[in-house]
Amino acid sequence: MAWDRNQMAARAAHELQDGWYVNLGIGIPTLVSNYIPKGIEVTLQSENGMLGMGPFPTEQELDSDLINAGKQTITELPQTSYFDSAQSFGMIRGGKIAMAILGAMEVSEAGDLANWMIPGKLVKGMGGAMDLVAGVGRVVVVMDHTNKHGDSKILKECTLPLTGKAVVNRIITNLGVLDVVDGGLKIVETADGVTREELVESTKATIVT
Amino acid sequence: MKKVFNNAEAALSGLLKDDIFIAAGGFGLCGIPELLLNAIRESKVKNLTFASNNAGVDDFGIGILLQTKQVRKMISSYVGENAEFMRQYLSGELELEFNPQGTLAERMRAGGSGIPAFYTKTGVGTIIADGKEHKDFDGETYIMERGLVADISIVKAWKADETGNLVFRKTARNFNPPAAMCGKVCVAEVEEIVPTGSLDPDLIHLPGIYVHRLIQGDHEKRIEQRTLREVK
Repeated sequence: MAWDRNQMAARAAHELQDGWYVNLGIGIPTLVSNYIPKGIEVTLQSENGMLGMGPFPTEQELDSDLINAGKQTITELPQTSYFDSAQSFGMIRGGKIAMAILGAMEVSEAGDLANWMIPGKLVKGMGGAMDLVAGVGRVVVVMDHTNKHGDSKILKECTLPLTGKAVVNRIITNLGVLDVVDGGLKIVETADGVTREELVESTKATIVT
Repeated sequence: MKKVFNNAEAALSGLLKDDIFIAAGGFGLCGIPELLLNAIRESKVKNLTFASNNAGVDDFGIGILLQTKQVRKMISSYVGENAEFMRQYLSGELELEFNPQGTLAERMRAGGSGIPAFYTKTGVGTIIADGKEHKDFDGETYIMERGLVADISIVKAWKADETGNLVFRKTARNFNPPAAMCGKVCVAEVEEIVPTGSLDPDLIHLPGIYVHRLIQGDHEKRIEQRTLREVK
């Protein structure tokens, strides 16, 4: 037993606070927008130049001038504003975005994040990820606890090229929630049906109490 | 001085040479100067360096210049949508300088604003910081990045007046204003040129001082990821 993708997204949605401007990455983080708690007002930023990102369009609403950072067609909301890329990253670098929720390939116990490159295999680019993790108020990673070989993606040190050094505040996986603290990682909670021992056993990093 | 030209070829005349550095607007396939890119392909100039967030797809955007091997180097943040790009890069035919997206945008903005360099936290502790000057301000470490000045910039807007004042539409604005600013000469393509005086001066996104040449044309505006919601 553990959380599935939607349960991870729902858990991550509890990180949101009323009035926050937030950036959601591609993959599971995108699903977080389906679970924003009632009574909380959150504005989603799309780093290609938009605040107030709406849902995917209907056939009638489809507009080639309106896409998100994953290049998917989207819609606007009554409070939407548009701006250029320099201003978009000005608000990211300037700390105006309260939180980014991102996926990851690896996270270290010091909060180092690797999510953009596998040398010799995957050469796509970092996009806006390096700017986001360096600039936003809080970085939450949502990812599967292990890779497809069953190895822990949470490590003492990352093996892949970094996106940012000591930038991650909280990690939400299918097995539970961990915070990056002095000396290692602290278990905040375990997923449904997962014991503390199972979470520790699956994590190849220092767990502090 | 008349800024309006009849077509992309005319607007680029005298500007295109081998080995020049071009800054291009657009994010993915959204807001790219597709008419000017077609004209650059037809011109057959080569050894070009492009600063552009992405490299298009195989048959649209900057991708069409990769097919003809006209590009020597790309300065980009994300090139994952282009198989030909990957092939040329991995075989060493194409040089690639990855810039974080915000760093690339700010390099363009700075270069066009008389700022030769700036410090940013983005990339500190990563391979992006290798070989760059590090400096501490208020207890935090930053790296120095250089402003970019391009030989020409090519951008796409929604509307222009005859003096080159530009209005963009929705997220098609993206890199177009900073790219326009950093070119020694900026050529803009728009969907509609309206008479001077018919745009609200308070609602102009990029003043005509940055735009030297202008064309109007029909745009394909291809969608990269057509994503719809289910209507219940």
